[in-house]
Amino acid sequence: MTDDTRVLGLAGLQALIDALGLRGYTVIGPTVRDGAIVNAPISSLDDLPRGIGDEQDAAHYRLRDRGDEALFGFAAGAQSAKPVLFPSDELLWRSRRTADVTVIDREVEPPPGPPYALIGVRSCDLRAILMHDQILLERTAADVHYAARRAESFVVAVACTDPAGTCFCVSMDTGPSPRGGYDLALTELYADGEHRFVVAVGTDRGAEVLAEVAATTATADDVAVAERVITEASGRMGRALQTDGLKYLLYANVESPHWDDVASRCLACTNCTLVCPTCFCTSVEDVTDLTGVNAERHRVWDSCFSEEFSYIHGGSVRESTRSRYRQWITHKLAAWEDQFGSFGCVGCGRCITWCPAGIDITVEAAALRGTPRKTSQRS
Amino acid sequence: MTSLAEHDHADAAAHALAAGDAMLPRPYRVVRTRQDTRDTVTLQLEPVDGVPLKFSAGQFTMLHAFGVGEVPISISGDPTKEGLLEHTIRNVGSVSGALVAAAPGTILAVRGPFGTGWDVSDGMGGDVVFITGGIGLAPLRPAILELLANREKYNRVALLYGARTPDDILFGDELRKWADLLGIVVEVTVDSGPHSWRGRVGLVTQLIPRIAFDPANTVALVCGPEVMMRACATALRGRGVPAASIRLSMERNMKCGVGLCGHCQLRELFICVDGPVLTYERLAPLMSRWEL
Repeated sequence: MTDDTRVLGLAGLQALIDALGLRGYTVIGPTVRDGAIVNAPISSLDDLPRGIGDEQDAAHYRLRDRGDEALFGFAAGAQSAKPVLFPSDELLWRSRRTADVTVIDREVEPPPGPPYALIGVRSCDLRAILMHDQILLERTAADVHYAARRAESFVVAVACTDPAGTCFCVSMDTGPSPRGGYDLALTELYADGEHRFVVAVGTDRGAEVLAEVAATTATADDVAVAERVITEASGRMGRALQTDGLKYLLYANVESPHWDDVASRCLACTNCTLVCPTCFCTSVEDVTDLTGVNAERHRVWDSCFSEEFSYIHGGSVRESTRSRYRQWITHKLAAWEDQFGSFGCVGCGRCITWCPAGIDITVEAAALRGTPRKTSQRS
Repeated sequence: MTSLAEHDHADAAAHALAAGDAMLPRPYRVVRTRQDTRDTVTLQLEPVDGVPLKFSAGQFTMLHAFGVGEVPISISGDPTKEGLLEHTIRNVGSVSGALVAAAPGTILAVRGPFGTGWDVSDGMGGDVVFITGGIGLAPLRPAILELLANREKYNRVALLYGARTPDDILFGDELRKWADLLGIVVEVTVDSGPHSWRGRVGLVTQLIPRIAFDPANTVALVCGPEVMMRACATALRGRGVPAASIRLSMERNMKCGVGLCGHCQLRELFICVDGPVLTYERLAPLMSRWEL
């Protein structure tokens, strides 16, 4: 928190949403649908999940009535911002074939749809967006569709004040309070009667938008209360993951018998990769119309849990579920570090919550620590 | 990681957009086709926009058949000559099936070239051993042609080639020319042959002890099925070739060719950008793990 720290009331937050809308953003925020918190277009505070909290545990997700008026009183929703900035299905190009010519049409410009303002992005999910920037924008080649969408995006982050049973952002050093990468960051205060939001400004653009709404300068007391609720939230993580030497632990346990144990429970359903905010693997699909004249090529989400994922002529490299779970967790907690300099897990806990078998990345990593290791298993 | 918080995503996105779309292919026209064996065809392609494709020996392209799909295929042509893009393709699936069936005049779409090269020139002043099995000769051919363009700069050069049957031997005329006129020791073996076959029968690894090279001063380029490459690397190590001087070309599922789709990962490696050509020094710990 800096001297720039401001405070918004409920009317001020509504004014912020309005101001973003007037600037041409499609404002996306948390809403309640089908018994879960999901991101959707919003225009009013009434769209937000007022007084709704959540209960999360392995293979368990329930909304609950908080008995208060909190607008952001829940933890990680069913999906992160990933489907907004990196949709599960993206048209790459179209082609048209006539008797003597094939035309390939680029379908990138203008950027698909109006720019997005994301309201209520949690610290874990914000960190995942920054990882996607690194992976999809800053390497050999970039995903131009992601680039177009991301270039124009506006992020209003929210500090988590009530983490869930599957949260472990503190272990992964990604939360619960956003530490940059946002335009504005809110900390919701409601416990002491006056419902208000302490606002940290991250960018000039954030400051410009905030100047259009009635924000007052935060008092020392506001700042102190905000820091206290975040500190308290840090102490209420439902899970923990010991990260010391994790890369070597995973690499050394490549032949651990524990993979068979996980495989006996894992359905290879791909839920974990679909809800993961950092998973970025994709495939491509070709679609033709009935005339055979027009074809489209789409980029779609894919998962290392599917058998086809590693298929080369003659068979799949990873035929067993054992090897696919090993690939997933080793990528998240080890290989990612070699590739990108950080863990590929932000501690949001979604893979634990949404696994139908309740497989828990923190438990499986801990189990590997307990697995006796033969010297021959070192790699 | 350098502070993610301080990075400028708008700037990175602008750069990314300016660099262009690596997923957008260029149309190429099939100029000539040649049936090499019963299941293998060489396509010669010319860019519709007329701009030739420069590549390094060992690199691949993503080759797309209209409405069917796209696969990574190594370039089999001559990197020292600017001309038609050449791909030698074995029919092993729906996309490669559509590619080998492409008649002259067909428009295909091409992205690339992608990946690392053989860097055969590192072998100048020393010996070079090429070892290959099956269609693996196609990705090695550009390196052989690159070497032959400067044959005098290399000492002993050998090509060990294993095919399934005599009918599956690729580039037969060229093999004879390389052996008879250009000073390459060419040893061919087949898995099985008819009674009329006078050549060798057996694994390509069995040829390794038969050839002369100076292990400390040899670059070995190996391309074939993974199990064959492992066996060859082990045999070469056994003769004293350093692991860093043994280069293998890895094959994995690839959907993008530029490190985005994630399919080709081998632990920390993206085979499409870190490879496909990698040293055995780098690969040895990864190749010894089943289903990694």
